[in-house]
Amino acid sequence: MKRHLISAGDLTRDDALLVLDTAEELARVSERSIKKLPTLRGRTVVNLFYEDSTRTRISFEAAAKRLSADVINFSAKGSSVSKGESLKDTALTLEAMGADAVVIRHAASGAPHRLANWVRGSVVNAGDGTHEHPTQALLDAFSMRRRMGRVEGLKVAIVGDVLHSRVARSNVLLLHALGAEVTLVAPPTLLPVAVDTWPCQVSYDLDAVLPKSDVVMMLRVQLERMNAAYFPSAREYSRRYGLDRERFARLHDDAIVMHPGPMNRGMEISAEVADSPRSTIVEQVANGVTVRMAVLYLLLSGSEPAIGGDL
Amino acid sequence: MSDARNQARAVLEGPDIHRALTRIAHEILERTKGAEKVVLLGIPTRGATLAFRIAERISQFEGVKVPVGTIDITMYRDDLRLRPARPLGRTDLPAEGVDGRTVVLVDDVLFSGRTVRAALDALNDVGRPRAVQLATLVDRGHRELPIRADYVGKNLPTSKSEKVKVYLEEIDGRDAVLLIKGDDRPDAGETNGER
Repeated sequence: MKRHLISAGDLTRDDALLVLDTAEELARVSERSIKKLPTLRGRTVVNLFYEDSTRTRISFEAAAKRLSADVINFSAKGSSVSKGESLKDTALTLEAMGADAVVIRHAASGAPHRLANWVRGSVVNAGDGTHEHPTQALLDAFSMRRRMGRVEGLKVAIVGDVLHSRVARSNVLLLHALGAEVTLVAPPTLLPVAVDTWPCQVSYDLDAVLPKSDVVMMLRVQLERMNAAYFPSAREYSRRYGLDRERFARLHDDAIVMHPGPMNRGMEISAEVADSPRSTIVEQVANGVTVRMAVLYLLLSGSEPAIGGDL
Repeated sequence: MSDARNQARAVLEGPDIHRALTRIAHEILERTKGAEKVVLLGIPTRGATLAFRIAERISQFEGVKVPVGTIDITMYRDDLRLRPARPLGRTDLPAEGVDGRTVVLVDDVLFSGRTVRAALDALNDVGRPRAVQLATLVDRGHRELPIRADYVGKNLPTSKSEKVKVYLEEIDGRDAVLLIKGDDRPDAGETNGER
């Protein structure tokens, strides 16, 4: 039975389109004066955040509240986790409280999968280590469709720290399912070992890829996850893989620039490009609420979830 | 399904539907004194199509342009948890909004009344109409809530196990209302689109 959203790979093409279409209708709710819907009244959504997050946590919270679910926010700081409580014991506590869905962010890849073994409700992965972040990929696809009118056939370049990026992996899987052509662009040191098995192209040369791209998604250089020297200096990285004004000018006129945030302005993206009208960075945040509403609606509103995968 | 088709009987054909909608349009004009400050809101999918047809007739008869839109009720249903999550329909309010206006809700089949209850809740979240009225192409009885229609195309006595299926040109390629003999299971008539 469909139950969880742990990987973008859990979504079939039809599932993904259902999420995007549902989000499209829900976007209209965000425009009216009463933004609340009664649909998930009496359901409980737990936000279980073991890692710092601004937009994802707030976004899930807003989404659940707009659907009238009860929201319990849990962050590792200030909880029994700092006293050494294990993920399993925390999960059992949540289970006892009757959580219908657990939204989890964790520094360890695979934590949502483990959690799904211990709780009866749906588990939604809100980012696990360097593994996946499926709702980010959904909101990126939604933003692309809103700006470009379609996802199928788009040429998407995902640029930067692919190695540490859960956003890149989820996007490659989802965009492939939706029929877009993805090219990963990064220095060889920032590509994962098994990247040749991913359904995408790989390039080391940003300047060659840019003119052919409809969408350029810049990834944050995740300095906090880097325990070795992956490139000689920030400046050199920025020169070869940063999106500055000159590179931006080489994009075709309709191409858009995306970034999952938070940005290192001046490193992977220049402030000028980030603030340009062809950048979707602020829209992506607004779309995040809508897409997460769609995900929660499709997982929780019916007798059984309409999307997702089993373990 | 093919079994059920064999036992289907057309209770309204294209011309009947045409006449029924024409009469409803006249009645709306009469009851609302020339459709002043009236907004037609159709419940997707077929109610929406009917709302547009009625609006077209009203403008033909009296030359008044009645704002028309759609209101999806999926998120307000009381039976959401009985079935897997379902896709949403389109809510598209006319630019005039609904505040202070007479809203005529339009649906294809009036049955338990639960759809209309959901529509009233949905309407409550988008504004405050001066009054709400209800138009339906077919009233098949078996109400479960204190709801009645103001404009009815045809009163159709049915048994609870029968299904009523509305076909419309714009969606199904033809106009017809079919009465389909059902099995005797309780609630067998309660499927989406076939009510």
